[in-house]
Amino acid sequence: MAIPKICGVETELSIVLRGAAESNPVTASSLLINAYVSDLSVTAASASPKVGWDFEDEHPDHDARGFAPSDASPPEVDTHLVNAVLTNGARFYVDHAHPELSTPECADARAVVTWDRAAELILVRAMAAARRLLPEGQELVVHKNNSDGKGNSYGCHENYLMDRAVPFNKIITHATAHFVSRQLFTGAGKVGSEAPGVPFGEVPYQLTQRADFFEAEVGLETTLKRPIVNTRDEPHADSQKYRRLHVIVGDANLSQVATFLKVGTTAIVLAMLEDDFLPREFVFRAPVQAIRAVSYDRTLRRPLDLTDGTSITALDIQWELLDRARKYAEDRGLEVVGAEVGAEVLERWEAVLTGLETDPMTLAHQLDWVAKLRLIEAWRERNETGWDDPRVAAVALQYHDLRPERSLAARVGLERLVDDADASRAMTQPPEDTRAYFRGRCLAKFASSVVAANWDSLVFDVGADPLRRVPMMEPMRGTRAHVGTLLDECTTPAELLDRLGS
Amino acid sequence: MAEREQKRKPTPARETDEVEEAPAKSESGEKIKAELDELLDEIDDVLESNAEDFVRSYVQKGGE
Repeated sequence: MAIPKICGVETELSIVLRGAAESNPVTASSLLINAYVSDLSVTAASASPKVGWDFEDEHPDHDARGFAPSDASPPEVDTHLVNAVLTNGARFYVDHAHPELSTPECADARAVVTWDRAAELILVRAMAAARRLLPEGQELVVHKNNSDGKGNSYGCHENYLMDRAVPFNKIITHATAHFVSRQLFTGAGKVGSEAPGVPFGEVPYQLTQRADFFEAEVGLETTLKRPIVNTRDEPHADSQKYRRLHVIVGDANLSQVATFLKVGTTAIVLAMLEDDFLPREFVFRAPVQAIRAVSYDRTLRRPLDLTDGTSITALDIQWELLDRARKYAEDRGLEVVGAEVGAEVLERWEAVLTGLETDPMTLAHQLDWVAKLRLIEAWRERNETGWDDPRVAAVALQYHDLRPERSLAARVGLERLVDDADASRAMTQPPEDTRAYFRGRCLAKFASSVVAANWDSLVFDVGADPLRRVPMMEPMRGTRAHVGTLLDECTTPAELLDRLGS
Repeated sequence: MAEREQKRKPTPARETDEVEEAPAKSESGEKIKAELDELLDEIDDVLESNAEDFVRSYVQKGGE
């Protein structure tokens, strides 16, 4: 039986310090986050706590296949950098040389869109706060993209709660088919190719930012030899019952429709996988070539070779998955992805596939790669330039600029699913239907007593006693329905801990 | 397979809609062009003044 698809995204942002002779991205990222935290504590009642991140349960070296190949180099956890846990349940921190923002755990794709938009607004406010701290003429500029156009990439990862009982090998095949083919609507668009040996003229524009960087089908790594299916086994929940599928192949989207479909379709595909409801296996003869072939092919018609000797286009894989999802909705219902949200995913999924099949340009208000392409084509026509004009690269980059006064994505008429008033509230309020509610409310109410937090626990210091750790191993518990009244009634953290313990 | 074909093809009702919408479509084509022109004017103002230098010196570290 499929389990609820608790989900979220973690986005690594690009950062540049403008107006300074030299800039260190780690320092710049720390400054950005600290500026935001200080700004909150001087202006808001819901002051952001200086809560440390608790790394006890971080195991990025655990492999979901139950073994680690000897040549794998798992990522290391860097513990000394800035880490903030926000009252909306999110985590805002420095990862390697980037600011990173993880949304709180969400119950459905619509909530992910809301908290992802909240993350953008948090970054806008962080940039403004940093500007006030920096010398005249300097500013921090954040882009929500996945590559610098010079061969360096950083990720936008998705996470989905899955039933531990599903064999990982089964996940690999079905997930690969979806990840390769969903690029048709998840791509954020890129000028040129950064894959070694691909001449510029061959791929002037491609659907995704990320396809160039994938070199393996399956693996534990995220920075070298990136795999299409990542095997990191770190559930941040009861490891006997759950798995967290850590998806690293996606692009960071500015389009809310793209984020909604990226998360919504994947949640449904994974639920069908848990229920053994998928049509058939699409096993690519060469998955790494397939992911690039789809990204490079603006005709959307290129067939991909399967190991059974047949071939199929990415669009036809998506049509088959959608047809199956419709049948799944009729037979089993879509409660595990949110019934109403699931129905909306199916509707938009069909609309987007129909648009892609007839004329992708009709989706310029829905999909990032189309919006960006339309913009660049119009700009090139007006300025009579080729794809290799550096100003084309500049327009493409500025599409991702998060400064409201510079953002091009904000100007191309992208359809919005969430209004900014709701997203503004989500900058400080957690979702009410996952454990993020408990984390967020505790931080808002008892900030000074919470000494550490992570995804699956909170650590309290209530004075004389030893530190008290509250485990949160069930992502669906700690919701408003579970603990809302309790949190309303408790006036001290000691009282909360007593009543939780009783 | 039959089921899939059925889903893929637009329903007759939808085809009728498309035919009816055809004149409106070219009108909206005009609108889209006007909208794009306006956008391009705006972009000339919004684009970084030294955009070429910015993009040339734009380098990030790999992440994840």
